[in-house]
Amino acid sequence: MTIMKHELRQGRTSFLVWTAAIGILMAVCICLFPEMKGQMEGISKLFASMGAFTAAFGMDRLNFGSLPGYYAIECGNVLGLGGAFYAALCAVDILSKEERGRTAEFLLTHPVSRAKILAGKLAAVLLQITVLNVIIYIVSVMSVMIIGEAVPWRELNLLHLGYFLMQLEIACICFGISAFMRKGSMGTGLGLVAILYFMNLIANISKSVRFLNYLTPFGYCTGADIVSAGKLNLGMVAVGIVISAVGIIAAFVKYMHKDIQA
Amino acid sequence: MEAIQTKDLTKMYGKARGIIELNLAVEEGELFGFIGPNGAGKSTTIRTLLGLISPTSGSASVLGKDITLNREEILAQTGYLPSEALFYSGMRVRDILKLSADLRKKDCRQEAEKLCDRLQLDPSRKVDELSFGNRKKVAIVCALQARPRLLILDEPTGGLDPLMQRAFFDIIQERNREGVTVFLSSHVLSEIQRNCSRAAVIRDGRIIACGSVEELAKTSARRVSVHGRVNLEKLDGIKDLHYTEDSVSFLYGGDMNLLLGRLSEGDVSDLSVSEPDLEEIFLHYYQEGGGTQ
Repeated sequence: MTIMKHELRQGRTSFLVWTAAIGILMAVCICLFPEMKGQMEGISKLFASMGAFTAAFGMDRLNFGSLPGYYAIECGNVLGLGGAFYAALCAVDILSKEERGRTAEFLLTHPVSRAKILAGKLAAVLLQITVLNVIIYIVSVMSVMIIGEAVPWRELNLLHLGYFLMQLEIACICFGISAFMRKGSMGTGLGLVAILYFMNLIANISKSVRFLNYLTPFGYCTGADIVSAGKLNLGMVAVGIVISAVGIIAAFVKYMHKDIQA
Repeated sequence: MEAIQTKDLTKMYGKARGIIELNLAVEEGELFGFIGPNGAGKSTTIRTLLGLISPTSGSASVLGKDITLNREEILAQTGYLPSEALFYSGMRVRDILKLSADLRKKDCRQEAEKLCDRLQLDPSRKVDELSFGNRKKVAIVCALQARPRLLILDEPTGGLDPLMQRAFFDIIQERNREGVTVFLSSHVLSEIQRNCSRAAVIRDGRIIACGSVEELAKTSARRVSVHGRVNLEKLDGIKDLHYTEDSVSFLYGGDMNLLLGRLSEGDVSDLSVSEPDLEEIFLHYYQEGGGTQ
């Protein structure tokens, strides 16, 4: 509990900045919908004829004139990318920062097992991501209500659940990476998100590499798939859960016996 | 009971040497010195004892407990002062002290206040604003506030002014009188000579001498200062040779008869022969020679 509270205190500023940034952008995107709605029908037809580019973002399968379609693309990109970057930054540095900042010596010479330190830090990461998502969810629902639209509960819940699971998976992978890193972990985390994001875009363009969607957590939170299917792809989610577990186990296996450098 | 005991303790960093077959025994209640040049393996020894790094082979116990199996129990009774004290950015001194106490599940407020008073440390300051010496004070309070049975101090006085060094050693001596074992690693040999009853010398990862500080300081080598003219060429056993205008000073560990012969052949107006202090012995014999002569 002490470790978790300490981590929450350490990550407070970053949490507030990212929550505010994503929340404000989401609210702005939603508030722009009434103005955009009238222009969207033409734009939807235009996008539908743009081939691979629109396929990459799933825009060929969505109606921009409807709130679920607009939300899946515009808000999805804000929460999808913003949330993924936050999850990566939050988790990839959580263990390595102790060695980089040379505070590991302070922490690990107190009578706390490494397993408890790992558990406390992981709990702090997951809690911050959860609270961020709850706040963003509330902001989004309230914004939809403010603009006078009916809340598309099913689509909205599924989209937010998908993004939440994706952020958790990225956090778990980055947590595993953090146990192996000593320096420069931030770049690795951001780079990983970029790679996973582009894997999803490529998989959406070409059928021959569609399997990549099973490897990237962006695969099961493609807005177009969720809105059109009305459900999450549970096969992809299951693979994501396994990858997340591998990330956490790797962190424990490595960090329990890691030599801490001076 | 031994507070610290190592048996052929070895740590290799890949192919690089850390410590090799280290055998050390520190009795409970001792104030034990650990001397060695940079890179000799002092910090590696300490980091292995504290479980920060795993030994490659051999074994060690601290307060009767195996370092690989009972890490938490050992750390619960051990206060550690690192050579370089670094803390979490943005925190105040009192937050660091509280975090340290919370990690030990102890209420150390009273003891922390006393120590802060004695070391003139302001607990409301932010750690980022502190000088190296003041950060060291924070680390000292962290190590001492829980009143541990064993204190492991790595270069403890670096950055402290002479008055603070004195205040620090007063506290350490008090704790030692109360029965606390102190393992003091230091480059400052006068510190070891003043405060420790026994000491070990480590060089190239191996213990090359261990015993009472008096024994370690005993050597047949002498500091010789000669005023006048004397030919010292090709005379074995001379170290730390200094010439001035009309005098010469050196450490001599060779055959005294040969030296007397050279002196009688020269033109000597004054001569002094004295025992070298531990600092000189360490610098000129333990660092290079392979043991005292």
